[in-house]
Amino acid sequence: MSTELPEPASKIELKPGVGGGGEIPQFNITLRVRRYLPETTADAYWEDFELTMYGTDRVLDALHKVKWDHDGSLSFRRSCAHGVCGSDAMRINGRNRLACKTLLKDLDHSKPITVEAIKGLPLEKDLIVDMEPFFQSYREIMPFLINKGHEPSAERYQSAEDHAKFEDTTKCILCAACTSSCPVFWTDGQYFGPAAIVNAHRFIFDSRDDAGDMRLEVLNDKEGVWRCRTTFNCTEACPRGIQVTQAIAEVKQAILARSI
Amino acid sequence: MSADIAAPRSQRLDPKYVRARKSRGSFEMVAWLFMRLSGVALVVLIFGHLFANLMVGDGITAIDFGFVAGKWADPVWMFWDLAMLWLAMLHGTNGVRTIINDYAEKPATRVWLKGILYVATVVIVLLGTMVIFTFDPCIAGNTIAACK
Repeated sequence: MSTELPEPASKIELKPGVGGGGEIPQFNITLRVRRYLPETTADAYWEDFELTMYGTDRVLDALHKVKWDHDGSLSFRRSCAHGVCGSDAMRINGRNRLACKTLLKDLDHSKPITVEAIKGLPLEKDLIVDMEPFFQSYREIMPFLINKGHEPSAERYQSAEDHAKFEDTTKCILCAACTSSCPVFWTDGQYFGPAAIVNAHRFIFDSRDDAGDMRLEVLNDKEGVWRCRTTFNCTEACPRGIQVTQAIAEVKQAILARSI
Repeated sequence: MSADIAAPRSQRLDPKYVRARKSRGSFEMVAWLFMRLSGVALVVLIFGHLFANLMVGDGITAIDFGFVAGKWADPVWMFWDLAMLWLAMLHGTNGVRTIINDYAEKPATRVWLKGILYVATVVIVLLGTMVIFTFDPCIAGNTIAACK
């Protein structure tokens, strides 16, 4: 097996430093994590970690480095680590972001990078909050297809135009970044929150679904869509780029149109 | 110190988040709609008011007791000011009600603040309405033509 293979015809000679072959930049950061250990301390506190990270690393990589090399007691949620499962929403430099989608190179290294749990939900440990109130609101808007007609023998057809009405809100990954960025939700946790309304929108405007009226009735509650103050925090926080505030406005319009 | 941490997926809901009974009717929707409609009406009413008082004729220098008395002798201005009073008071009250709902965390605080707010609104609206309809320009020493 020592036969020399001929060079493939498609081979292109690259200049040095072009095409990703160069060295990955390295930098030092201070990661300031809001710690809360209910077994040992009564209050949450800030803890700094000095780390050397690479230009390709994300905040999640920095948290992994802390947990694996510095302090194994650091607790946070993450599952897929690639922006799809929605487990690692946290407050990074005061803004709700997914740790797995926030590159360290995009953040300011001259100051500590602050990482804390999302706000408005009961804190359980370090960066982990109790998501049950969030999912309770999600359940209440009935996030599943309700169809009263006959079960079709094949798929349920839908035109591209009909699909376009709710395409944006199908992108939700239930990370809670929007709901936990909403100042109305922070007050008393009674508001349904943007995420529940986005997922209601996904079915209310689905031409195959027959229970839009029931969902509009649920959201016409005093803790429903009318508590939205259009501060756009949710739209700004959404890691999937969903136009959350617009979706809420569309649900408001649907409730109005149905009542008048 | 040890903490009591419930098992995951226990579906135990922190009591703070348990939503009160489903509200009946569409009060919040009507309030939301009223804010937008009254806002549009108030833009017209307030700028009309400012224009009539400050720009027309002698402008700001003409405003005195007699000027107001003259305006309220005209049913159009009576209706204009009445509409402005009611809409502005209800619009403002609903706005402050919203702020109380958003910022007051304890139910008792909310009830007290909103109680004070509603009493103040009722007093001001009734007093203002009474003044517009029972206004008598001929108080002692007034020299306008209608009182002679």
